[in-house]
Parts: sequence; structure tokens; C-alpha cells
Amino acid sequence: MKAKVISRSGLLLGLAGVIVIGLVTLVYHFTYDDIERSEYQALLLALNSIIPEDSHDNDIVNDTRDLPANKELGLKKDSLIYRARNNGEIFAAAFPVTAPDGYNGPIKLLLAIDRQGRILGVRVVSHLETPGLGDRIESRRSNWVDQFRGKSIDNPSRDDWKVKKDGGVFDQFTGATITPRIVIKAIHKALMYAEAQPGVFFDE
Amino acid sequence: MNNPEPRNTDYSKIIDDGLWSNNPALAQILGLCPLLAVSGTVINALALGMATMMVLMASNLTVSVLRLYIPNEIRIPVFVLIIAGFVTIVEHLMHAYLYNLYTVLGIFVPLIVTNCAIIGRAEGFASKHSPLPSIIDGISMGLGFTGVLVTLGVIREILAQGTLFADASIMLGEWATTITLLENYNGFLLAALPPGAFIGLGLLLALKNLIDHNMRKRQRSRIAVETIDGNAEAMISRPD
Repeated sequence: MKAKVISRSGLLLGLAGVIVIGLVTLVYHFTYDDIERSEYQALLLALNSIIPEDSHDNDIVNDTRDLPANKELGLKKDSLIYRARNNGEIFAAAFPVTAPDGYNGPIKLLLAIDRQGRILGVRVVSHLETPGLGDRIESRRSNWVDQFRGKSIDNPSRDDWKVKKDGGVFDQFTGATITPRIVIKAIHKALMYAEAQPGVFFDE
Repeated sequence: MNNPEPRNTDYSKIIDDGLWSNNPALAQILGLCPLLAVSGTVINALALGMATMMVLMASNLTVSVLRLYIPNEIRIPVFVLIIAGFVTIVEHLMHAYLYNLYTVLGIFVPLIVTNCAIIGRAEGFASKHSPLPSIIDGISMGLGFTGVLVTLGVIREILAQGTLFADASIMLGEWATTITLLENYNGFLLAALPPGAFIGLGLLLALKNLIDHNMRKRQRSRIAVETIDGNAEAMISRPD
């Protein structure tokens, strides 16, 4: 008798699992396209905020090149480089950069540079910095990240790629020096890498 | 377990239980992880509260409909399955249609599964009541939970940033604007950090207990005979 009860319960539980999985699969199927579209829109918005929309004539989200895991850029996983073109000519590349040593965890950035190694823009994609202090690296909280626009490896000079407190040229926030310091370090490292290996970003 | 269902369901009691007397956050003290983590701003709090309420309504209804068909021994895993299923569905829907909100709330949407308040209602209420009271219970408990989340969000956002409804546009669309209550406010950092959430919740709990205490006292004094009433009367009418 007991075996019968157990097998009946087991079957019912299995049935419940199948039904729930079926429902979730159905919803997944119906929302798949919209999720893809949302992801695309979000990425496009982020890319357009660092590479002006009217400066390029290609579909930047789908014009990609593989970027293997890379220590210089702080990337533990393979990811993608997005390229901006004008008349078929690649003039800028946007790629992820991670500062692994953030105050509470990695800070993920999206960095765009042109062929001359000048920064077109930086956006913070995700971070775990202290709300109200370190989170001013977000573009919606302050325009701090905008000060990198136009900068390159030699402008300011290599020794000046620091916060003002450390004798450099970049602003820090009151109450939060660590966060700006490591973001600057990560960007500087990425620029050095791009200078040494331009082909990674700009080859066809 | 085998209480026969009362003939006349007392809906006002169900609603009062959810919103106040047996409020998930203030009386059952359940679901504190999202409560404390996501109450930094009003919009985050509102969004997570609404998502929780959706799941709670759907799981209560489903559990109630199936309550007579689920064997007692496997009811808990089945409840968990149902709840996890609805949470995943809500997560997909938010991912598709409220993308920015989805990225802001991050891990706390899937973590609704672990909100004990939901399985608590499935086991404690929906598995013993018919569908209509179960939905009402889901809505009341959901609103009660959302209410506490939003109250905490209001307190923390004003103290930490001096604003209300920051980033409302990511949930409600472009028409929604942030209200800046305190211009050039430097911010009270503690309110934005987890300890601020704990302190805020502690104050809300104290406030609820104080109100309950005073209400009980008032009720008692109403029944009390006039002669022994003086003392209680004096205590109630104390200005603080």
C-alpha cells in the first residue's frame, strides 16, 4: 500500500513539474523576441551615448568582433567589440572594460575610443559601489565620467592619469576616492592596451 | 489542518489581516531580504512590491484551486514549484517589457521565490480556503507588503537623497518626473545603506506596536466601568 501512495505522489509531483515547466517555456517563447529587442535597445542606447548616433552609418550593435578574455581589460569572459563605421571605414570601437578591484566588487564599464586612441565616451554598465558615494560614477548621478571624453594615453601625460588627490588631473568625489581611482586606473590600462594592440579593435 | 471552511467568509478580516494586523513585514516579519535591500528608493520599492503581489495573487489562486487535488505529503514541493513558476514568468515579462527596471532590481526579482511570505500564505491560507478569499488574501497581503516597502522607500529616499520618485520614468514612462524636496541636499548616507534600512524598519515596527497598543487601550477603556476609568483615561490622553 505504501509503495502505491509513494508512487502516486511521485507521479503527481512529476506532473506538476512538467506543467509548470510547460507554462514557463510558453512564456519564454512568447517573450523571447521582446526580450531580445529590449536588450538590443538598451545596448544601442548605451553605445549611442558614447558614440553619437549621427556620426556613424552602420548597425553598431551587430557590427562586432570577438574579444577573448583579456587580463589587460579585466575581462574574465569572452565578449564583443562594437565598431562604428562611416562609409565602411571603422573609425571607432566600443568595448567592455572591467575594474576588478572596486570597493564592493567589479565595476563594469563600456569604453569607446577612436583610431587615434582618443576616448569618445565612457559609461558605467554595472557596479556595486556605495549608494550616495561611489555611485556618482554613473552618468545619471553625475557628469563625472564625461571628463574622460577627448582624453588619450598622452593627454594628460601618463603620470597625470590619477585623481587630483594623488597629484593627477581627474576629479574625485568628496568621501569617495577609491572608486574614481580604480576607474581611472582601469581606463588607463585599457588605453595602454589599445595603443599596444590596435589591431584587436580596428582590424576587419 | 481539517478545519471546515466557515460559511460566511469574513472578507474585512482578511483585508485587515493583510494590511495591518498580520502584515507580512510588520507582524509576520517575513520577506526581509528584499524589504531591506530594495527599499532605497520609492520606485524600486514599488516595483518589487507589485511584482511580489502579482506572484502572491497567482500562487494563492492556483494553490486554492488545486488544494483538493494535492496530496498532503507533497504539498510543499508543489507550492514551491508553483511559486517558482510564477516568479520566472514575472521575471520574463519584466525582462521583456520593463527592461530598465529589470536591470535595476536585478537578483531581487528571482529572489521573490525565497520570500517566505508567499509560501507562508500558500500553506497558511490558500491551501485551506476557496479561490475568492485566497485572491483577496493575496491582494491584501501583497498590498500590505508593498505598503511597508514603499513607506520605507519614502523615508530612505527623502533622507538619503532629498528626492521622491527618483528614476520614476523607468517604471512609469516618460511623463513621470522626480520630485526634489530638498534642494542642494548633501544626503544622509546612513539612510541609503543597509543599516539605515534596518533602523527604518525598526522604527516602523515600533510605530505599529505603539498604535496597536493605544488602540487596545482605547477599546479596553471603552468597556471599562467609569469608576476605574480615571487612570486609563489619563494615560490615553497623555499628549505623547
